[in-house]
Amino acid sequence: MTVALPAVLNSEWTKIRTVSSTVWTLAIALIATVGFGAGFCALISSAFDSMPEIERATFDPTLMSFSGMQFGQLAMIVFGVLVVSTEYSTGMIRASLAAVPGRGSFLLGKLTVATALALLVGLTTSFVAFFVGQAILGEHGIGIGEENVLRAVIGAGVYMALLALFSMGVATMLRSSVASISILIPFFLIVSNLLSGFEVTRKYGQYLPDKAGSKIMQIVPDAMGRGETPYGPWGGLAIMLLWVAAAVLGGYFVLKNRDA
Amino acid sequence: MIEAVGLTKRFGAKTAVDQLSFQVRPGHVTGFLGPNGSGKSTTMRMILGLDRPTAGHVTINGHAFRELPNAQRHVGALLDAKAMHGGRRARTHLLSIAQLSGIPEKRVDEVLAVVGLQDAARQRTKGFSLGMGQRLGIATALLGDPQVLLFDEPVNGLDPEGILWVRNLMRRLAAEGRTVFVSSHLMSEMAVTADHLIVIGRGRLLADMSTQEFITHNSAGFARVRVAGTGPDGRDAFAEILRKDGARVLQEPDGALRVTGLELPRISDLAHEGGLRLWELSPHRASLEEAYMRMTRSSVEYTSTDDPRAQLWETDPLALPQWEEGPAAPEVPQTGFFAPPPPAATGGSGFLMPSEPGELAASAQNNPEASR
Repeated sequence: MTVALPAVLNSEWTKIRTVSSTVWTLAIALIATVGFGAGFCALISSAFDSMPEIERATFDPTLMSFSGMQFGQLAMIVFGVLVVSTEYSTGMIRASLAAVPGRGSFLLGKLTVATALALLVGLTTSFVAFFVGQAILGEHGIGIGEENVLRAVIGAGVYMALLALFSMGVATMLRSSVASISILIPFFLIVSNLLSGFEVTRKYGQYLPDKAGSKIMQIVPDAMGRGETPYGPWGGLAIMLLWVAAAVLGGYFVLKNRDA
Repeated sequence: MIEAVGLTKRFGAKTAVDQLSFQVRPGHVTGFLGPNGSGKSTTMRMILGLDRPTAGHVTINGHAFRELPNAQRHVGALLDAKAMHGGRRARTHLLSIAQLSGIPEKRVDEVLAVVGLQDAARQRTKGFSLGMGQRLGIATALLGDPQVLLFDEPVNGLDPEGILWVRNLMRRLAAEGRTVFVSSHLMSEMAVTADHLIVIGRGRLLADMSTQEFITHNSAGFARVRVAGTGPDGRDAFAEILRKDGARVLQEPDGALRVTGLELPRISDLAHEGGLRLWELSPHRASLEEAYMRMTRSSVEYTSTDDPRAQLWETDPLALPQWEEGPAAPEVPQTGFFAPPPPAATGGSGFLMPSEPGELAASAQNNPEASR
């Protein structure tokens, strides 16, 4: 009854590679993450000896090299939103759905292609950011062969892809670039940081998708003043996955039941 | 074959489509007429499964659109000429849609050539004019070589050459045995393109009949009579004479009389008996556009109110003059009407306008009330 999935994947790949927003959002995600990460690493590297004892003891060079992620992830969110919302803003969705009546295979194809691309760029970003960061940190750095480091680096790439997928789910529910971006960006830039910034609210803030998911990039528990969490790196990733699943399922039901 | 049964769509309190039942048959161009906001696009969207009907259902070849296996091979649609990502090139736009049904890349170049866009294939669509957008939209509809084609206002924004091209394309597609369903708000365009007409107003069916039948039913014959002299006296007197003889007389803005219900020779005789000279006595036929406007007038969604500067405009030729007497419809002779004889001459009261929009719909074979 439904269109074969390979056909949808093929079509979505054509769509995603033929618009310029794909290139610039993903390029910014990579450049911002690596660039800001390198900057912070250089800063820390020069000021390392003057840091308090406790911070030096829990210094996490792996996490440090991903410190540009908080900016890079914003571009990833925009990428996820635009992949979905431009279908609605341009009206392309009607041409698409007139060709693929099956909402499920349409959404599955779209999200698969975009998430795979985000994962590819995310992994590239995380490896580049790691090696650049470690090179700058020099003697305070860490090797990729150390315990849990590879998990953290791959995890950082997966984190970026999941964040893009979460944004796609939200955009499918809201069906508008402006609404999705103006909710997601302040949410990750301000709300999430605000909730985690205070002792009282941290116990809620730590369950937000970005806070829980970024735990996977950490190899020293409670690194650099980050509060203790009731979950480990894998638990954190699982929490993030729940958020992503909720957003995607919500998007699916909206797509299936609302008039396009 | 498209079949709608009791199709209804409500948006909150507003009923966009109301108990619509019709069939669109293969081998014909079926025109879907209605004023702006009458529910044409909503109906099209329900046929394509984009909107869910509040009640009733619509099927294509017996299947609901969402259940069609490989839909694009069965149904092609142009809904909105601007429904494309402006940053994408025309060819890749088509390619991405073709790939959804595994349509080979070669077909993309074929349809681009069919719609005459081969030179614009590598342009980004945001630079396209409305006419080019329409052509690209038509190309999208043709991709799967489907048996059923839907076009929503395909001639909007096209130049005369483009309009002629679309008209011939529709006819050719229908001649190949396909089902072609074209919406428009232009009666004149549909009169020359469509074999069959479905007219709706405020979401209700007003007429469902062949174009020929529609013309026969709706374009009334009349005579234009101009009495010699410029003063209103002779004119008013002659109107009185004509009316006594059973004619229906309307005054036209330029001072001529519009006479229905009398043969031209009889009008001439009456003038002669009354000792009047005539400057004009000519047979006319009310345009389909007028018939269509009269039919949909009560169901127009967006009517304009009087502009204080209305006197600057031309007077509405259909407006009844003040001195026209009540609604008494005259007896209509069955034969020997004006020369050339109207198609209605043998068809009884054919040339009379329907007094209310529902009249024609009720006479159409699939009456919405009866089918539920």
